[in-house]
Amino acid sequence: MPDPERAQARVNDFTVKFANVNGTGSASANALIMKSIFRMGVPVVGKNFFPSNIQGLPTWYEIRVTAEGWRARSGRVDIMVAMNPETYARDLRDLAPGGWLVYDSTWPRPALLSRPDITLIGVPLAQLCQEHFEGARARILMKNIMYAGVLAALLDLDLEVMRGLVAESYAKKPALVEANMKAITLGYDYARANFACPLPAHVERLDCTRGHVMIEGNTAAALGCVFAGATVGAWYPITPSTSLMDAFKAFCTRYRVDPETGRNNYLIVQAEDELAAIGAVIGASWNGARAFTPTSGPGISLMNEFIGLAYYAEIPAVLFDVQRVGPSTGMPTRTQQCDLMACAYASHGDTRHVLLFPADPEECFHFAVEAFDLAERLQTPVFVLLDLDIGMNDWMIPDLQWDDAYQPDRGKVLTAEQLEGMEKFHRYLDPDGDGIPWRTLPGVGSKGAYFTRGSGHNKLGSYTEDSAEYQEVMERLVAKFRTAAAMVPAAVSDGTGKAKLGIVSIGSCDGAVREALDALRRGGVAIDYLRVRGFPFGAEVEAFLAAHETVFVVEQNRDAQLKSLLVLETPVEKRKLHSILHYSGLPLTAQYVVDGVTAAISRGQAA
Amino acid sequence: MTFIAKPKIHRGAVRNELGLTRRDYEGGMSTLCAGCGHDSVTAAIVQACFELALPPHTVAKLSGIGCSSKTTAYFVSGAHGFNSVHGRMPAIAAGAIAANRRLRYIGVSGDGDSLSIGLGQLGHAVRRNIDMLYMLENNGVYGLTKGQFSASADVGSKSKKGERNDHEPIDPVLLALSLGATFVARSFSGDKEQLVPLIKAGLSHRGFALIDVLSPCVTFNDHEGSTKSYAYVREHLQIPVAADYVESRREITVDYGEGDSVSVEMHDGAHIVLRKIDKSYEPTNRARALAYVQEHAQRNEYVTGLIYVGTYRRDFHERHNTPEEPLNSVPYGKLCPGSGGLSEVLARYR
Repeated sequence: MPDPERAQARVNDFTVKFANVNGTGSASANALIMKSIFRMGVPVVGKNFFPSNIQGLPTWYEIRVTAEGWRARSGRVDIMVAMNPETYARDLRDLAPGGWLVYDSTWPRPALLSRPDITLIGVPLAQLCQEHFEGARARILMKNIMYAGVLAALLDLDLEVMRGLVAESYAKKPALVEANMKAITLGYDYARANFACPLPAHVERLDCTRGHVMIEGNTAAALGCVFAGATVGAWYPITPSTSLMDAFKAFCTRYRVDPETGRNNYLIVQAEDELAAIGAVIGASWNGARAFTPTSGPGISLMNEFIGLAYYAEIPAVLFDVQRVGPSTGMPTRTQQCDLMACAYASHGDTRHVLLFPADPEECFHFAVEAFDLAERLQTPVFVLLDLDIGMNDWMIPDLQWDDAYQPDRGKVLTAEQLEGMEKFHRYLDPDGDGIPWRTLPGVGSKGAYFTRGSGHNKLGSYTEDSAEYQEVMERLVAKFRTAAAMVPAAVSDGTGKAKLGIVSIGSCDGAVREALDALRRGGVAIDYLRVRGFPFGAEVEAFLAAHETVFVVEQNRDAQLKSLLVLETPVEKRKLHSILHYSGLPLTAQYVVDGVTAAISRGQAA
Repeated sequence: MTFIAKPKIHRGAVRNELGLTRRDYEGGMSTLCAGCGHDSVTAAIVQACFELALPPHTVAKLSGIGCSSKTTAYFVSGAHGFNSVHGRMPAIAAGAIAANRRLRYIGVSGDGDSLSIGLGQLGHAVRRNIDMLYMLENNGVYGLTKGQFSASADVGSKSKKGERNDHEPIDPVLLALSLGATFVARSFSGDKEQLVPLIKAGLSHRGFALIDVLSPCVTFNDHEGSTKSYAYVREHLQIPVAADYVESRREITVDYGEGDSVSVEMHDGAHIVLRKIDKSYEPTNRARALAYVQEHAQRNEYVTGLIYVGTYRRDFHERHNTPEEPLNSVPYGKLCPGSGGLSEVLARYR
C-alpha cells in the first residue's frame, strides 16, 4: 500500500484521476491511457465513477498504476486531470499533497492557485484544438484525446503503443487514426516543451501483464453463459447489468450462428419487465433449455413471486444480480453489496437460495458456468451476485482457461428410455437420498407427464392440502439445501490459520482486503482471511469462524448483511463478529479496512 | 409389489387416428363448482385434441392462477402442465416456446388473470406472436376470492352482493385485434358446436391465437343483473361467422354455396371454412373486425365465432431466426466455442 502522505517519486505506483463531463468522449481517452500502461507491462486498476445520465454531468475515471498488482482503489489521487470546470474545486481538494494538477489553461483559473502544495500543469487544450481542428464536435473530442498526449509525456508512455491502440480502435476509419494521433502529438509536444517530463510519478516498462487481459465482469459472465451452453436469455434493461446481455448478444452473433443454416442457436427475449424476464427463464428451464436473466436489485424485487415458485416447484433458473446502491432507485451507477439478504431468502414463504459470490471477472466467467450446472443439478434458482464494480469496470485478470472436456451437468433428467423401464414416474421423490428428485422434460412421453404447480403438492407431485404431505416435501427441500452446501464453490483462505484475528469478506472486497492484510501483517498484526464464495456456507466457513477469537466481517452495505447471514446460518457466536462496513457507493479501499481493524484493536475490541 | 395393469378397454368407444379414445385426452377430476362454464370449455378442449389426434405428450398446458387456470389439470393428462403464478402465464409460455418450438401450447387463463394482473403480459404475448392457443375463460368475476368484479365486467353489471360496476370493461377481443393478433375468436362455453372447431383452428394456427370464451360463473355471476350470466349471454349472442374445421389430410367435403363461405388455409396446411351468417362480414379485414365488434358491443351484443384471421405474420421463432431443431436439444458442441474460441475472444481484451 502506498504511503498515504506525499505523492513523489512513485515509479509505477500512483493514481491518475480524470474529471470529465460525460458524453464528451472522455471514456475513450481514459481507456487509451489505461490500455497503454497495461500494454507496457505494468498492472493497472481502472475505476469509472459515472452519473446516471447520458450527457452533461460530472464523471470521473481513476487509473491506479500498481507494479505490485494490487486490485483495489488506492483511495488517493497523485495526478488530477481536471477537465470539468464545474468540479474544479472538489477535484483540487481531492489531490494528495505533492500531487500534480493538469488543467486546460486556455482560460485563467485563479481558484487553482489556492493550494501551494501541488504543482499546476496548465495546457491550453481548447486553444490548441481551435488552432488545429475544424468543427465544434471535433474540437471537443480532440481536446480529450489531446490530454492523453499530455499524459503520455508526463507519464512517459510509449507513443507507439498508443498509436497501435488508436489504429485498432479505428481500424475501419484510417482518417480518424491520423486525426487522433495529431491531437496526441500536439499534447505530447506541448508538455515536453513546457514541463519537466516525465514526472517523478511515471511509468516504466515491466513484464507483469503478459498472459493477462483487461475485461469487465459483465462481459466475462456473459462469456460464461455462452460456454455453459445457455440458449435462452430473458431480461429487462437495468443499470448496471445491461452490458451483460449486450455482451451475450455480441458473443452469440459471433459464435452462435449456425455456419450451415445461418440460424441463431440462441434466443434473447427483451421482456416487458423483470417479472416477465424471470417468467421466461423459468418457462425455458422447465422445458429443458439453459436460461438466465441479468438484473439488479430492483429487478430481483420484482422477480420475487416467480423465484418462490421456481424454488417450490423445483425449476432451475440462473440469475445474475449486478448489485447497485439501493434502496429504491438509490444511486444506480454506484456500487454496493446490498442484495445478499434479498437474494438469500428471496420470495414469500420458507425459501432459501443458492448464491455464488465472484470476486472478479475471472470468477464471473467460471461461476457463470457453475451456476448453470448447479441450477440444473439442484433444480432450483441460482443467483450469481456481482456488483457494479466487478460488472462494469475493466479488471486485469489472468487469461481465462477452458477445459474442452467439460460437459454440462444437466442434472437428474429422465430420458424416454429410462421412463420406459420404470413402473411409474413421480416428480418429487428422493430416491437417491440427497434431497434432489428426478424430473422429466415436456415432450418426453406421456409416462413422464406431470403437473407443475406452486400450490401444495406431495412427494408424488399431486395437489395436497394435507399437513403431513406438505411438510414432507418442505423437509426434503431442506435436505436438498444441505446437499447444496457441499456443491457451491468453497471459501478460499489466506494466512496461517493460527491467528486470533480473522477477516471474513466477500466478492469485490477481496482486492482491498488482500492489500490491507499485507499492510496489517507488515505492521505486526497476525490475521487470517477467508473469502466466502457460495451460499449455503460450507463446513470450511464454520471451521474458520470457530478457529478465530475475533472475526472482522468486511462488506459493502449498511446493515451488515453478510454478518447477518453468518449469524443466521452458522453456529458462530454473534459477539465474535465485528463489522467493517463500507457503503458510500465507491469501491472499497485497503486503507478503510486497515483503519477499521486498527481502530478496533486500539479500542480493545480485538487483541 | 408388481402387477399387470388392466388394459383400458372402452367398448364401442370411438378412436382417432392414433387409436386413442376421447378418454385418453381427459385429465384429473374437476374441482370447480357443478355447472361451471369452465368445465364445458375443458370438455371442448378434450374433444378438439381428440379430433385432431394430437399425441398427448406433444401438448404442453400452461396457466396462471384462478378458477380457469386450475383447468389445465383437467384435460390431456398425458401432457406436461404448468400452473404458474397469477397473470404471468404468457411469460412462462414465451420461455417454454423459446426452448422447444415443437410442442403445441395451450394456455388457459381467466379475465382476472389476463385483463387485470396479467394485462401487460397478455399484450406482449400478442405483440411477440408466440405460437400458442390462448383460451381466456371470461366470466367477469373473481371466483376464487368470492365475487369481486373483474376488468371485463360491463358497466352497470351487478355483483352477487348487489354492488354496481362503474368501470369500463376491457374487451380482450378488441385488445388482441388492436395489438395485431392474427387469430381472434370469441365463443360461449355453452356452445360446443362453435367452440370445438374454433379450438381446432386455433391449435392449427401458427402464431398467437386468442379465443375469448364467455364462461358464466354459476356461483358468483349467474344472477339477474349480471351481463355474464347464462341467460344474458344466450340472449345477446351475435354470431358473424361459424367455423368448421377441416384437416388437410382429409378431403374438404363441406358444401357451401358461393358467397356463403370462405376457406382459409391454416399454417399447418389445414383449412378452416368460415360460414358467413352476416354476409357483409369480412373476417380477414382487421379494421372491419374491430368496427364490427364495437358496433355490436354498443347494442350489447357479443359477437362470437372467428372474428379475425389474419394474413401471415412471422412468429416469435421466425423473428429470432432460430433453428427448426428446438433450442433445448441443440448439441452442446454447437453451443460452446471451446478453448480455441476463448483464445480468439481474449485477444480482443489485451
